Amino acid sequence: MQQILFGVLTLLSFGFFAFNLRKIAQNIHLGQAINRSDNKAERWRTMLLVALGQKKMFSRPIPALLHLALYAAFVITQIELIEILVDGLSGSHRFFQDSLGAFYTFMISFIEVLSVLAFIGTIAFLARRNLLKLPRLNMKELAGWPTQDANLILIMEIVLISFIFTMNGADEELQSYAGNSNGFAISSWLGPILFDGKSTHTLQTLEQIGWWGHIIMVFGFMNYLPYSKHLHIFMAFPNTYYSKLEPKGQFTNMQSVTNEVKLMLDPNADPYAAAPTDAAPARFGAKDVTDLTWKNLMDAYSCTECGRCTSVCPANTTGKLLSPRKIMMDTRDRMVELGDYKRKNGPDAEDGKSLLGSYITEEELWACTSCNACVQECPVNIDPLSIIIDLRRFLVMEESKVPSELTGMLTNIENNGAPWQFAATERMNWANED
Amino acid sequence: MSLQVRTMADMMASGETPEILFWVGCAGSFDDRAKKITKALVKILNHCKVNFAVLGAEESCTGDPAKRAGNEFTFQMQALMNIELLNGYEIKKIVTACPHCFNTLKNEYPGLGGTYEVIHHTQLIQDLINTGKLALADNGTFKGKKITFHDPCYLGRANDVYEAPRALIEKLDAALVEMKRCKTNGLCCGAGGAQMFKEAEKGNKEINIERTEDALETAAGIIATGCPFCNTMMTDGIKHFEKEEDVKVLDIAELIANAADL
Repeated sequence: MQQILFGVLTLLSFGFFAFNLRKIAQNIHLGQAINRSDNKAERWRTMLLVALGQKKMFSRPIPALLHLALYAAFVITQIELIEILVDGLSGSHRFFQDSLGAFYTFMISFIEVLSVLAFIGTIAFLARRNLLKLPRLNMKELAGWPTQDANLILIMEIVLISFIFTMNGADEELQSYAGNSNGFAISSWLGPILFDGKSTHTLQTLEQIGWWGHIIMVFGFMNYLPYSKHLHIFMAFPNTYYSKLEPKGQFTNMQSVTNEVKLMLDPNADPYAAAPTDAAPARFGAKDVTDLTWKNLMDAYSCTECGRCTSVCPANTTGKLLSPRKIMMDTRDRMVELGDYKRKNGPDAEDGKSLLGSYITEEELWACTSCNACVQECPVNIDPLSIIIDLRRFLVMEESKVPSELTGMLTNIENNGAPWQFAATERMNWANED
Repeated sequence: MSLQVRTMADMMASGETPEILFWVGCAGSFDDRAKKITKALVKILNHCKVNFAVLGAEESCTGDPAKRAGNEFTFQMQALMNIELLNGYEIKKIVTACPHCFNTLKNEYPGLGGTYEVIHHTQLIQDLINTGKLALADNGTFKGKKITFHDPCYLGRANDVYEAPRALIEKLDAALVEMKRCKTNGLCCGAGGAQMFKEAEKGNKEINIERTEDALETAAGIIATGCPFCNTMMTDGIKHFEKEEDVKVLDIAELIANAADL
């Protein structure tokens, strides 16, 4: 009976998770094409260093170590999950214990130690958010749901770890009644402390509660991820693999513009010629998520809202409206909104809203100095700057919405080849001045 | 000694080819403060007998501020015209004292048909010293002075050039002191992304003031930069704090020209 229940629960969990993954993939595909299939060796290297190796986290050592504890515990615990799945489906108890022997004891002990570290890390993270009120974790874009999301994940992790120790601790106490011990690093002493003198029946119930609680939390957690910022635990890997590998200062050259400019500069071009087959896109720059690239959209799903970008943004730290984290959160919210709308009303349906305008304001965009601090800082190589620039491009090239001083600068460049009003003939004056 | 500067057109007419083109940039050509940087660099080039040329009246904005402001049309118009000119002169190597020109020429022109070896002037000067072409006089100009270096975003983070300017400061008889935010963590001066040409958006502080505070904290007597725009922003910051007497804002080229008694 329990095995059937477990089997159904497992199927439902993975099924629903797959259903949501498909939505995520569809949403990312709302974006425009961009080629990131080159340089595979460099891409793997970036992924191994930045995602697996957490290289960029270590520019801030304390949160990096706390995060490493959670990350390592999460990754290693997946091994134990294999056994839980086997036990759950076959009705066995600690399926690998006999066959693996001492190695099994080592493995579970290792998981237990990491779980304790993760427990400490989680408490510290909750304290940083809610007691120490770290500025970057308490900004206005996090008000409401994002803050609840963050706390909920941390609480879920605490509950999850508590179930593991309830399970292992009760098991240890049970074993001790028969004069045995599992010999696991933490539960072999924690079990007797927690459950000393409990009846065999109570201990068996506790172990079952621990076991079921653990797996239900795991399934719940897995299915919560697609709705949460915590999705970064998966997205960090593809996102770093598909990182921009060019120098950070290199912005894309828009091919659609090149075609038009070449036509303008070509004295032999026929101005009345039919549009070339690779006609200009519907729009220059980005107004909505569908104008961004799929990588921009993958970036948005990879963001865990840590706010390192915003904490180093020169505009944000001097009180301007711009927050690179908000740019990423807005992009994700808008993408999910539009994705859901299109799934409901058909792929060509428009809801009358857009990323620029409904979510991001012009004032935010014009505050950016394009300094790349946010790009440098992001632990999973998200590039908020490329979204900011694409939105600016739309404002300038489609809407002619340019701050007035910049209009002057642009006119000067067009008229006299310099951002200021100087004639080209004056370019060499410096050579003859004192 | 007057500056020896020849234009590409002049060189071409006499059938000569320069080793390197000096891309002066709009700031270096027109801005009174930046012109001094241009002249310092030319003094160094003259002293080391580097065979270089400038484009003179034929030079035109790289298009960087237009591109960062979102006007890709104006950028590409400028880029394609410049590339036609540079390719016409068969330019192979370019040096510039402006990190914005540097970034655009180096990274964004190749995709439009203009591929050159582009170096920042700090890299060229470092090379001149390393190959023995430039020796710094032991004139004690900087003895016991503290110098801090402000990383231009388009040199540092944008292109990972952090060492050349620092290596040059270390060659001076001075102490290099780092600001709390430096290298990859360096704080922008506030001028990038076309901000140089507009008022800042509403906030509670100017970015250059925030950055000048970083510099003042080091108690350095000289703020060294490698960008004409950073220079303007830091100079304005120093004026804001009325520290013009105690703190000078100088380009690396000026420091070196000074130390080499040029």
